Amino acid sequence: MSAVSEIQNAGNGAVGNRNIVVQARGVSKIFRRDAFEVTALDNVSIDIAAGEFVALMGPSGSGKTTLLNMIAAIDRPTSGQLLVLSEDIFLLNDEQTARWRNEHVGYIFQTFNLMPVLTAFENVELPLLLTNLTQQQRRDHVTTALRLVGLGDRMHHLPRQLSGGQEQRVAIARAIVTDPTLIIADEPTGDLDSHSATEVLEILKRLNENFQKTVVMVTHDPHAASYAHVVRHLEKGMLLPIGG
Amino acid sequence: MAIPISYNLRNMRLRKGLTAMTALGIALTVATAVFLMALVAGLNKAFATTGDAQNVLALRKGSDAEMNGGFSLDTVQTLRSLPGVAKTADGQPMVSGELVTIIVLPRKDGTGEVNVTVRGTRPVGIAIRPNIKLAEGRWFHSGQREIVVSKSIHGRFAQSDIGQSMRFGKGDWTVVGVFDSGGSAYDSEIWGDVNQMQSDFDRMGGVSSVYLRAVDTASAVTLAQRINDDQRLHLDGVLETAYYGKQTKSGDTIKFVGTFVAFIMAIGSSFAAMNTMYAAVAYRSREIATLRILGFSRFSILTCFVLESLLLSLLGAAGGILMMIPFNGMQTGTQNQSTFSEVVFALHMTPGVVITAVLFAVTMGFIGGLAPAWHAARQEILVALRG
Repeated sequence: MSAVSEIQNAGNGAVGNRNIVVQARGVSKIFRRDAFEVTALDNVSIDIAAGEFVALMGPSGSGKTTLLNMIAAIDRPTSGQLLVLSEDIFLLNDEQTARWRNEHVGYIFQTFNLMPVLTAFENVELPLLLTNLTQQQRRDHVTTALRLVGLGDRMHHLPRQLSGGQEQRVAIARAIVTDPTLIIADEPTGDLDSHSATEVLEILKRLNENFQKTVVMVTHDPHAASYAHVVRHLEKGMLLPIGG
Repeated sequence: MAIPISYNLRNMRLRKGLTAMTALGIALTVATAVFLMALVAGLNKAFATTGDAQNVLALRKGSDAEMNGGFSLDTVQTLRSLPGVAKTADGQPMVSGELVTIIVLPRKDGTGEVNVTVRGTRPVGIAIRPNIKLAEGRWFHSGQREIVVSKSIHGRFAQSDIGQSMRFGKGDWTVVGVFDSGGSAYDSEIWGDVNQMQSDFDRMGGVSSVYLRAVDTASAVTLAQRINDDQRLHLDGVLETAYYGKQTKSGDTIKFVGTFVAFIMAIGSSFAAMNTMYAAVAYRSREIATLRILGFSRFSILTCFVLESLLLSLLGAAGGILMMIPFNGMQTGTQNQSTFSEVVFALHMTPGVVITAVLFAVTMGFIGGLAPAWHAARQEILVALRG
């Protein structure tokens, strides 16, 4: 039986619903360091529906970033099954995974991770270089994305010429420029002052509400979590029940 | 589409100190390689441009150089009567028996003495070589201790100005002219009257070689073959162009030493490039991870860093070539292993030398960049993200 059908037959009320974007069943992740084993995720099952804004919270080392990285196909589970957009992403090879990520996932980092030598425009254009768009089409997409995050007048600035909040907005523009279904944000406000953090969260909210993007965000900040529809807590690798 | 080249160029500019030092290392290696290749190209040019396809050289059988041979004037007479030999305006066969020997001359710059080829010839010998022009003064007179020196000899050796004299043979020989052979091997010679030289060097009745001008190039081949086949003569007939072409082996030592030195330096430069690229990969570990997360494949990362190493090496190649341009055309000399005398030639940066230098640098860049690029491409995203 394939992973897809196994998950769809697992009996969860939401399973089988075609609007489910992320379906995890019994996902565990064990890191081996020398003779020690560290369980980062322990039998986690979660469904995330299309158009949801989910916040993953928990103390450091609780496994929230590990789960996030698995959803983005950056990390692989030790056991369990995970479907993202109805695809068993761990059956894909390296090349296919990279292409899949480019098409379906926009990733926002805590530390922005912009290329310091490229302008805001060029940073945002990067994911589009892997598409078949013409130069003019790429230019249009990048301009739209940067305007959407309020940086239409900063296109030709280098990251060092921008504030932290502006850098994160460039990173958001880069994450959405390919029009992905899923936006993954790992502590997107962690390095920002409260004003910039609010700006970033408002953009994520707008992307979710106006553009129906599914957002999965890891955060420590209750204020940031308040923007989400659903807040899930992890502790010692385990996903606590809703409201738990 | 790959990661844009501007990413590489701007990163190189960002780390300009490291980029400049690595490029300089590659540039010095390229400059050395260019210098040695230009030497060999210059030497090859000197020999390759020597000779006329209509001229045939007769040497004693088994001799591979004029200096090693010798035969009687009777044989010269026989050669004069061979069919296919061109005639002068007054009906004389264009055949010149010549005496070639070596003298020792002090260099003008006081850096020691070297062997120089002296050629005894006659007016017909000059006529046989239409590419040789008198640059200054006049040609020597028969029966006189007079010499005409090549432009290179004139520039490099003492007592070679018109009116000055050199002591060799049995007396002083006065310089009466300077000739220009257009950078050929004759540019390393001193010419005088063959009869006077036979007398001074006690070689009466004998010559080292005979030059024959054929009526056309096809006849020259036939004439050379006829000399080879004639059992009475015991001579080897060879086209003048082929004879000098073979002497390019004088550059073999330079080629060998040059290749060896360039190879050793190239290893060093490759390691320098490798070191720089490893530093670049380590410094940009998080950027590499980000590019992977954005969807760039391992292969894109590999090509990105190999490309950066190639750009670094091209910068070095440009530097090395620019460093050597002022030396292009500079005259120097080496020992001709056939005649044991100095052959003067100019450094010659041909398009081939420049292209080879660029390919040489690119190879260094590729070898130096491949391992770090492979390392970058193979990094686990999560490990790289942590920097």
